Amino acid sequence: MTVTDRPRISLLGTSALLFEAPGAFDLPHQRRIWALAATASKWPGIREAIPGITNMMLTFETPPRELDTLIAALNDGWDAAEGLAIGGREIRLPVTYGGEVGSQLQSVAEHCNLSIDDVVAIHAAPLYTVFALGSHPGYCYLGGMDPRITMPRRQTPLQRSAGGSVSIGGSQTGVSASPGPSGWHAIGHTNWTFFDPTWPAPAALAPGDTIRFEIERVIR
Amino acid sequence: MEILSVTGPASIQDLGRFDQYRFGVGTSGAMDEVALRAGNILLGNDENAAAIEIPMMPFKLRFGRDMAFALTGAGVEAEIAGRPIPPWWRSHARAGDVLTIKAMSRGARLYLAVGGGIDVPMILGSRSTQFRGEFGGWHGRPLQAGDTLPCASSTAAIDELGIEPADITLARPDAAADQTIVRVVIAGEYDAFDAATQALFWSGRWKITPQSNRYGYRLQGPDMKPKAPVEKRSHGIVPGVIQIPPNGQPIIQMRDAQTSGGYPKIATVIRADLWRVGQARLGSELRFEQTAYTDALAAEAEMSTYLDRLRTNVRLVEELRACR
Repeated sequence: MTVTDRPRISLLGTSALLFEAPGAFDLPHQRRIWALAATASKWPGIREAIPGITNMMLTFETPPRELDTLIAALNDGWDAAEGLAIGGREIRLPVTYGGEVGSQLQSVAEHCNLSIDDVVAIHAAPLYTVFALGSHPGYCYLGGMDPRITMPRRQTPLQRSAGGSVSIGGSQTGVSASPGPSGWHAIGHTNWTFFDPTWPAPAALAPGDTIRFEIERVIR
Repeated sequence: MEILSVTGPASIQDLGRFDQYRFGVGTSGAMDEVALRAGNILLGNDENAAAIEIPMMPFKLRFGRDMAFALTGAGVEAEIAGRPIPPWWRSHARAGDVLTIKAMSRGARLYLAVGGGIDVPMILGSRSTQFRGEFGGWHGRPLQAGDTLPCASSTAAIDELGIEPADITLARPDAAADQTIVRVVIAGEYDAFDAATQALFWSGRWKITPQSNRYGYRLQGPDMKPKAPVEKRSHGIVPGVIQIPPNGQPIIQMRDAQTSGGYPKIATVIRADLWRVGQARLGSELRFEQTAYTDALAAEAEMSTYLDRLRTNVRLVEELRACR
């Protein structure tokens, strides 16, 4: 194994640490992250192990005095992690592409050198897997987007983007669960409740669930 | 107690909501943790009791019954029933008394704590307002005139008592007027910036722009461009993380920040200094000082020592008064 095949581990101040897996942004790597998170969340001094996109953040109940033991445990844990296949439920989400909320549909088409119809068809084709929750309450990061509709994040993040926005950021896509700041490009919108603090589990979706976007309408 | 007038987004906050990241729920919580703890210590409350965080003046409220309260955090011009209240002070209100806060001369956020705490429901482990999720605090939103907040009953002592403000006791050396020096630990993408750009980060005087709030502080200063554009896969972030978006101007994530992001991270403000950022005023300057992880832990211990001393002193004063 070469050096670049090893995970990257970096500090987020004294309250958390970031573990980034080597390799592709795909489901097999993500399943190993889920497995590692399930293990690490039980370690002493760890508050939460939060999966990201082929990475994981550990937040500390108490910051470790020295980090070497934890770093070694993470490296060993990654090497030992067998993919954890989480069975999920499948959600169908009707999407209106374009329009006021999805105003970046045209820009994405231009950036990717595709027609609007192509971007919509490519975006709605895959069965997406919820890789991780994050950003804001109930928000799901999805794996499975076709790289042909990749578009870099915004130069300067927007201070407010609408709730229900279906957006692209880099090679990722997702649906915002509520209005708020965003560095992504909105190409459509959907109406669905992703989060309610009174539910037993406050988020509607969990890692391993799948989403299929249905083209309800395309506004050009 | 009833809010009579409010300017800007005042909100109910406790120390924060720390174990809901996996659902995408950030910490929320007081921007100045030290001031909130100090106010609660003064009142004999649990240090996690909820208080009102007030970022803009004027602010006015009426007490519905007799109760103890404390003002900590920003230096303000405040009066209760026409009587001036010094900063970092515990006092007593009678039913019907009006508390008026006119101007903020120092700092950026005032904490109004009451004996027993503001008694809003605990949601997902905290009473803090989650603005993005619209829950917690008072109906998940900023306070408005006319809101009548429930207060827990308290048996706390009600004599007047003051303590030295944290920004004086924990003052950092070499900080010029209107400048806040904060210690940071370097983060994952520090080496994505060349040596000259890294040097600019340390030497830069970073102006806090008006687009700064509980979500994040957007800074203005030297142009910070990485050696090559960086697009990270989304990953968890915490309050204090300093991201550099492609426009080259840093953003410090604060208590209402998103729980994840993908912009390159150059450094993270240490917990022992995050409250200083929370009290840094719009238009003032920040400077960053590099700190090792172990020194950052030592700085946290120093902060804890200050709070321990406060607890001891307040307890001693109560005991002395009880003896008289």
